[in-house]
Amino acid sequence: MKPFAELLDRLVLTPSRNGKIRLLVDYFGATPDPDRGYALAAITRDLDIPGVKPGILRALITERMDEVLFGYSYDYVGDLAETVSLVWPEPEEPVRANRDPSLSEVVETFLETTRSDGPAVLTDLLDRLDSSGRYAAIKLFTGGMRIGVSARLAKQALAQFGDKDVTEIEEMWHGLELPYEDLFAWLEGRADKPEHGALALFRPVMLATALEEPDYDKIVPETYAAEWKWDGIRVQLVAEGERRRVYSRTGDDIGHSFPDLLEAMDFEGSIDGELLVGHPESHDDQQAVGTFSDLQQRLNRKTVSAKLMKSHPVFVRAYDLLSEGEEDLRALPFTERRRKLEAFIARLDPSRFDISDQIAFADWGELNDLRENPPHPIIEGVMIKRHESAYVPGRPKGEWFKWKRDPFTVDAVLMYAQRGHGKRSSFYSDYTFGVWTLDEEDRQILVPVGKAYFGFTDAELKQIDKYVRDNTVDRFGPVRSVKATPESGLVLEIAFEGLQSSSRHKSGVAMRFPRVSRLRWDKPSAEADTLDNLKRLLDENRGKASRVRPA
Amino acid sequence: MRASDLLHTRPEGLYCPPGDFFIDPVQPVERALITHGHADHARPGHTKVLSSDQTLDIMAIRYGEDFCVERQIAPLGETLDLNGVQITFRPAGHVLGSCQIVVEKDGTRIVASGDYKRRQDPTCLPFEVVPCDVFITEATFALPVFRHPDTTEEIARLIESVRRFPERAHVVGAYALGKAQRVIKMLRDGGHDAPIYIHGAMQKLCDYYVSQGIDLGELRPATIDRKQKDQFAGAIIVGPPSAFADRWARRFPDPVACFASGWMRIRQRARQRGVELPLILSDHSDWDELCETIHETGCSEVWVTHGREEALVRWCELQGIKARPLHLVGYEDENE
Repeated sequence: MKPFAELLDRLVLTPSRNGKIRLLVDYFGATPDPDRGYALAAITRDLDIPGVKPGILRALITERMDEVLFGYSYDYVGDLAETVSLVWPEPEEPVRANRDPSLSEVVETFLETTRSDGPAVLTDLLDRLDSSGRYAAIKLFTGGMRIGVSARLAKQALAQFGDKDVTEIEEMWHGLELPYEDLFAWLEGRADKPEHGALALFRPVMLATALEEPDYDKIVPETYAAEWKWDGIRVQLVAEGERRRVYSRTGDDIGHSFPDLLEAMDFEGSIDGELLVGHPESHDDQQAVGTFSDLQQRLNRKTVSAKLMKSHPVFVRAYDLLSEGEEDLRALPFTERRRKLEAFIARLDPSRFDISDQIAFADWGELNDLRENPPHPIIEGVMIKRHESAYVPGRPKGEWFKWKRDPFTVDAVLMYAQRGHGKRSSFYSDYTFGVWTLDEEDRQILVPVGKAYFGFTDAELKQIDKYVRDNTVDRFGPVRSVKATPESGLVLEIAFEGLQSSSRHKSGVAMRFPRVSRLRWDKPSAEADTLDNLKRLLDENRGKASRVRPA
Repeated sequence: MRASDLLHTRPEGLYCPPGDFFIDPVQPVERALITHGHADHARPGHTKVLSSDQTLDIMAIRYGEDFCVERQIAPLGETLDLNGVQITFRPAGHVLGSCQIVVEKDGTRIVASGDYKRRQDPTCLPFEVVPCDVFITEATFALPVFRHPDTTEEIARLIESVRRFPERAHVVGAYALGKAQRVIKMLRDGGHDAPIYIHGAMQKLCDYYVSQGIDLGELRPATIDRKQKDQFAGAIIVGPPSAFADRWARRFPDPVACFASGWMRIRQRARQRGVELPLILSDHSDWDELCETIHETGCSEVWVTHGREEALVRWCELQGIKARPLHLVGYEDENE
């Protein structure tokens, strides 16, 4: 258990992405099967231990210590697994076996455990481990590692470990079985790529590159098709035999949040599209497609109520058809897939599926105009696809482009700065900024409207850091309050993708993807934007389709 | 006499009416008895200060020679009389010069222990258990989650990390008085002979420890020598925790951020601070030591000063020992 416990401890304390990947690669290299496979499953959250549930932890610990003292401890630490691992009374006579149990022994014991013998098995194990080991063991069945490693990052580490492309791993992932011995054998070059007979697997997604100026001339109607880029989440729907799956673009199975959609997936094939909320058949734009914040109501839910499915129905606006029946279409040119897609979608429930319309354009200038003035507020730009393009995982150059609307900008005043992490831990690099409004007595005050921690260069970071240190008026732990009055303050030009009304923020607005686009050392603080400016933008733009109601 | 007539709280701090003195007052007073030199306990501006000679020296180093009008040394273990109240200073094992203050009158004995620890520390005298009626205890780490591991092993982990990453600098955050010198001394005892670099704010206190016979080996200021590019590779640098947020920390290439503190027992705490190598090493007692000490004093009543009072009060209740929090304000525990 020690190597796995140490891995978790080190991952928690390693802020950098590359550092985490290195730790994982080293672990995969140094750890034998099946331990490394179980560790991988624990990290990607593919390990399900039905016989041991978090509930028994609390019962076990309060049999061993005062409940009030445990309550104080839990309040302080904030994480059940960590609290129990720290307060677990170590037996006076060490019952520790002469050696550390291996991860696979622990996992296999857990997997064989029934609900009735769960407490006894867990007690025996916790008595044999030290506090790090207890933490790791508890994390195995409570889920939610809180180690800052996503399933995607773990797969990237696997790719690096085996010098493979991550899309290959994503593609086979849902067909693999614990403890992944065939996967590791392939990654180590000892065996062929694992063959899978499983149905409804994820197909790695084709992505677009951002359109840059040198590409402008290439965009001619003869070679490229254009369609709107909708502001939902990219999904892949796969139905094969009895299996139906909704995958995110990174291959996570998210179907449990969308039983209404799964039920409507009455087809054989796989569709690439955008998940949106609304009533696609409605002639009223606002009814047809809801905002991203409407969609957020449906994301990351374990269970979803009938009421919510009625008030926020989801549908898929299809972009592409990857397979039909048993036929893989990915090698076909886009135009041909598109033709098949049109016929395919026409056979499905129109309240759950429609097709992403193509946009006719005569030249680049016209496309630019369309991009800047889209017909619906939930459009965030245009997608441009080469007629001849095959469906290839990743971001192949020159095939698909995304061309977003220019971001909105606002001039805001720096209010608070917080120290960063890792390399930035001695820099004030996370900024809360505000815009002007009037208080009850008609005085100008700043109200925070967002936080940004990127968009500036290293040189600019140094300048802002110096400004923060020189103009600090108060401190709260790692946060400094910066002088910000109409007479004196640093104006930051903030770029953002959209505004949402928000009851959680004092200002009533929330920004999407805010970042610092320019430092306005030249601009007097009093001339920064006002909350009224922002609210006007909310009304004019994204606010149009503010809520979706049942049609 | 009733214990609460012998000592009770006032806004300035813990006050003894018959003896007319305060213990560790947070505001300037006429007569102050000081347990140890940490800034929240030892403040400048009192008229008369009674403390151990080392604590008085430390106060003079930190605040200047004129930190009070009149200094009086309390020789360890000798009983003094202050207006009919008997006062004895006994070692507390917290930092160099730290003492518990035993206050006695008419057969009632109260021990104000200040901050204390029970672990062996090569830089100060060990804690002495003094039997008493009322024991006044700190509660910095008074939660069952705080069980400090073996200190030597924590230091060994630091030495091992230096060996594993010889190209990186290990920057250790440690409180400038006590913790820093203890870490350095234990590194020496653990076999680390190379020069150790220290932050400028620690120089005088380290010099003082050396003058008191504690050998810290070769210490160098952590200043940049432009001619020597890789001077900090493989080196250990010790600085106050606050310096890590400062521009000072930027001079070390690819540093391993270490922090020597009892708080490092909690993973998310270490993570929030951006610590890569947490060293669980404290100058305060952990949960088990607080509980054991209360039993050993044989006291019938416990008063709890600063920290997680509610948990320690709860534990005392479960043991059938009378306990209450003192609600003193002005003491910090975050910088431990």
